[in-house]
Amino acid sequence: MYAQMVKSEATQEDPEKLAAFQARIDAGEKIEPKDWMPVGYRKTLIRQIGQHAHSEIVGQLPEGNWITRAPTLERKAILLAKVQDEAGHGLYLYCAAETLGVTRDELTEMLLDGRMKYSSIFNYPTLTWADMGAVGWLVDGAAIMNQVPLQRTSYGPYSRAMIRICKEESFHQRQGFDIMMKMASGTEAQMRMAQNALDRFWYPALMMFGPSDKDSVHSEQSMRWKIKMNTNDELRQKFVDQTVPQAEYLGLTVPDDKLVWNEEKNGYDFSEPDWNEFFDVIQGNGPCNTDRLAARNKAWDDGAWVREGLMAHATKKSAMKVAAE
Amino acid sequence: MAQTADLFEFLCRMGDNTLVLGHRVSEWCGHAPVLEEDIALANTALDLIGQTQMWLGLAAEVEGQGRSADDLAMLRDAWNFHNVLLVEQPNRDFGVTILRQFLFDAWHVEMLQRLITSSDQRIAEVAAKSVKEATYHLERSSTTVIALGDGTGESHNRMQDALNLLWPYVGELFADDAVDTAMSEEGIAPKSSDLRDAVMARITDVLAEATLQVPDGDFTHKGGKTGFQHTEHLGHMLVAMQNLQRSYPGATW
Repeated sequence: MYAQMVKSEATQEDPEKLAAFQARIDAGEKIEPKDWMPVGYRKTLIRQIGQHAHSEIVGQLPEGNWITRAPTLERKAILLAKVQDEAGHGLYLYCAAETLGVTRDELTEMLLDGRMKYSSIFNYPTLTWADMGAVGWLVDGAAIMNQVPLQRTSYGPYSRAMIRICKEESFHQRQGFDIMMKMASGTEAQMRMAQNALDRFWYPALMMFGPSDKDSVHSEQSMRWKIKMNTNDELRQKFVDQTVPQAEYLGLTVPDDKLVWNEEKNGYDFSEPDWNEFFDVIQGNGPCNTDRLAARNKAWDDGAWVREGLMAHATKKSAMKVAAE
Repeated sequence: MAQTADLFEFLCRMGDNTLVLGHRVSEWCGHAPVLEEDIALANTALDLIGQTQMWLGLAAEVEGQGRSADDLAMLRDAWNFHNVLLVEQPNRDFGVTILRQFLFDAWHVEMLQRLITSSDQRIAEVAAKSVKEATYHLERSSTTVIALGDGTGESHNRMQDALNLLWPYVGELFADDAVDTAMSEEGIAPKSSDLRDAVMARITDVLAEATLQVPDGDFTHKGGKTGFQHTEHLGHMLVAMQNLQRSYPGATW
């Protein structure tokens, strides 16, 4: 889940228009860019899609960290293709956000100066090759939980971006699991890396769904607007229920003493992550927040002359074309 | 039939060029000036790594010692890498990266076009697959070099600096040795020097459109293609690239 704790905007508009809008959503219609929409719907979506796009872009960094150290040519190519897909997902999502009246540059600047967030998960370090497995298996696995239902979200461009993204994400998760299988059945050192990766990524992966939102007013509004399809707790439970048997299959131990199958609810009971740690991370104190933002800022600042040069040339060319006509 | 050793050497040179450049370009992933460039650079790197698998795979097959493309990439020492020095140059800024790409692409396309008619069918097949990608790389790097050379004052100056820095590495692409002669005699590959006129014509056309000045002098750094003397940069690259295979011998990934 790449958008966390997205605050939903209250809306004070013509009740008749609001009711008609809600009726369209309830009927399963898609809202398109030129349609009337409440100010709050627009603002919440910009925040949510923008945060999701930023997560894709910042999310390139922890995996990009291992591209130059991938152990085989094939692994290197697969990882590179995967990180490239994430850049592509960022692009679709920024385009979807632009249909709501905000530019990609504006969103980028808000990321770079800290006004907008990205998912907490990308503030954790990738320390061994097994982390490439864990990120695909757990992080992309958690993202899919959220993104599959979002294919049915009410906003047309967002829904269509999600349909494309989901196709690629399931390939990402499979390649992650494939790395974990190799590691978990490999040498003693590889098995240790695999277990260590699960130990470090398990709770941060659970945090991706955000804190329990059973009492959140914002979540209720977003769910009515169908820009949030499930509660955080529902998705987290689903993720645990899906992932625990996979860990068992790999011969790895989920780092939770309280993990137990609950026949009655037909799901696992499990420990909550440390929410203090979560709030620390989103307030900027995760292990990699400083490095991640510094890397994005450096790329943007160092690239300014390139963007300006390309624009200047394009302007000259179009001026020449106009003069020739 | 060409000597196995010469053929192996030729194939390693092709594969090492694409491996080392692919690795360099992959270092940009997540750090490019604009999202579209990030995607395009990753694409170029992916193509080059794919070509590496074909060239080094064929080299390993020709050698017949039971080594694989991965063994060649991950377990050879620096002096056994026979890429030209141009491709191991560090990325520095985007200008150096895209200019290095352009200079290589101009040579690469010409070389691959000639290899399509190689007397060795396996080489002709790899070349036929690779040339489509290389042609696209050249198209992209040419237009980007032109745009930045002709962009702003700053972008022009940076591109000129990049050209001044990289120019002394171009000549190695056309330096012949005994392997080139052997390949040429068998009709397997052209001599390196045979490519010079066509490649230089492509390069100077684009540089002129980019309003960039070709530096004076024809001094050329050498030593990569023969492995005699690489730059200091290659060793650092291999430390990263080969780390896992060397640290955990025999593990499968």
